[in-house]
Amino acid sequence: MIQARIRKHFAAARESAAFTLDLDLSSGEGITVLFGPSGSGKTLTLDAIAGFLRPDEGRILLDDEILFDAAAGVHVPPQSRHCGYVFQNYALFPHMTLRENLEFAAERRPRLERHRRVGEMLEKFRLGEVAGRRPHEVSGGQKQRCSIARALIGGPKVLLLDEPARGLDAPLRAELYDVLRQVREDFRTPMILVTHDLEECFALGEEMLVLHDGRLAQSGPPRRILDQPATLEVAKMLGLYNLLQVEVRALDPARNTCRLKLEDHELTGPYLPGRLRGDRVWLYVRPEQLLAHPRDGKPGPNQVPARLARSAERPASVRLEFEGGFAVDVPRAEYERNKLVRDWTVEFPASVLRVL
Amino acid sequence: MTIDWFPLWLSLKVALLATALGLGFGLWIAYVLANRDFRGKEALDAAISLPLVLPPTVLGYYLLVLLGRVSPLGRLYETVVGQPLVFTWQAAVVAAALHSAPLLIKSARAAFESVDHTLERAALNLGASQWRVFWRVTLPLAQRSILAATALAFARSLGDFGVTIMIAGNIPGRTQTVAVAIYDAVESGNGALARTLVLVTSAVALLILWLANRVSPRTAAP
Repeated sequence: MIQARIRKHFAAARESAAFTLDLDLSSGEGITVLFGPSGSGKTLTLDAIAGFLRPDEGRILLDDEILFDAAAGVHVPPQSRHCGYVFQNYALFPHMTLRENLEFAAERRPRLERHRRVGEMLEKFRLGEVAGRRPHEVSGGQKQRCSIARALIGGPKVLLLDEPARGLDAPLRAELYDVLRQVREDFRTPMILVTHDLEECFALGEEMLVLHDGRLAQSGPPRRILDQPATLEVAKMLGLYNLLQVEVRALDPARNTCRLKLEDHELTGPYLPGRLRGDRVWLYVRPEQLLAHPRDGKPGPNQVPARLARSAERPASVRLEFEGGFAVDVPRAEYERNKLVRDWTVEFPASVLRVL
Repeated sequence: MTIDWFPLWLSLKVALLATALGLGFGLWIAYVLANRDFRGKEALDAAISLPLVLPPTVLGYYLLVLLGRVSPLGRLYETVVGQPLVFTWQAAVVAAALHSAPLLIKSARAAFESVDHTLERAALNLGASQWRVFWRVTLPLAQRSILAATALAFARSLGDFGVTIMIAGNIPGRTQTVAVAIYDAVESGNGALARTLVLVTSAVALLILWLANRVSPRTAAP
């Protein structure tokens, strides 16, 4: 397992603003996903663990070995860290065949074992037939598998993957996820995977670390982070919610309810511990959690009249975007029936109302 | 008439040794320039380029001062080897190496810098030592450019005139290289000798150019 508490400051340069990476994170068994937008420090974090980046302060532990300790002046060089690294563009050696790529990585092992091990890995990652080809002569999926096999062959204590699915189309992506799940089963090597794809977090991650602007914004299982983002930044980054500013009008702990004011309308939701009347808070609710119907008479409780601004096709539904700045996903059939309707009523079910 | 081929053989020998010398030091310097950051790096790069812009006689004069029999370096050489350096064919090797190495170093630095840095990182990450990364990854990936540059450096060593005549002199049968011999033949009115040497040297130069073009990396390679 990895424990890292690091700080690294990058002064502003000609093409980049100043940036500080300031993290305290740990990862254990299985797959840990480092999630964040570009420029949030994900790859820098991997580089610090692998030893390509020397932090200014802090300490990095891998199992019980100190990889880096600023105070004690310890900086284990990359070649002695036993961290497998799968680079974004595979970084296979172009002048070597796939087999030679694996052999290069296995050279630390005794000669006899090396040969057997390379054969096993070629077999396991279904590369036997193309082992004698150079990287530019094989498919993207084969390159991908070869780079994972190469990183694993030396028996690393942790496997670092830098956006392994970037630029892959859907079938290759699915294949990659299968390979990684297989690796998790067979090798039991803990993995840290960098991504900015939320679906990937759910497909693979047992644990998710959300990075924002060089800091750890939240950590936990993906499902929990999705249900309960810790901050407005995290909620924005996930990009899944309607974020609406509301005012707390009343709190009733006895009935376990609260009343929120959204523009001129009142919504009733579950009681909000730790909030006071008059607080301005952010309501976060996913478009698929809301209900929309063509307007029909006076709006009932938790219903808000809204004018349709735009509609957008989604793979499984239609997203209606309303003028108040929120969106609702409705089933295609429902939308087809009311294609020409401009005035709708949007219902905010009390159970889904959560605030930040 | 009989042609004295000695200058041509001497030139080939000198060029070969000078290129080897240039490769030995040059690759190392180029690698350091491409991969390390240190104070005065660009100043060192400029100093290395100096022989490219200095008139050869000026470079030769500096060498004469630096390696002459009264200079500390010249005396050190004389104590170790037992004979002075200046006005021997070994001096011609030094002259040719100095004349051609900058070309080699500049191309090799560019070649090392063009090697995808991620590949070197990947090799380190797989547990390879710096030394092994150089031999197994960096050098093989840069080798085509370096081979082409080596061929050009060899051609340049072959044709050095100014530096050679300053510190190796023009001693027929001992330090007279082909470039010097051609000049000598023209001066003394031996047109046939001059023509023959010129043609043979041109042929050798063309051959080298052809080789250099064959090994240099194709820009359109995938």
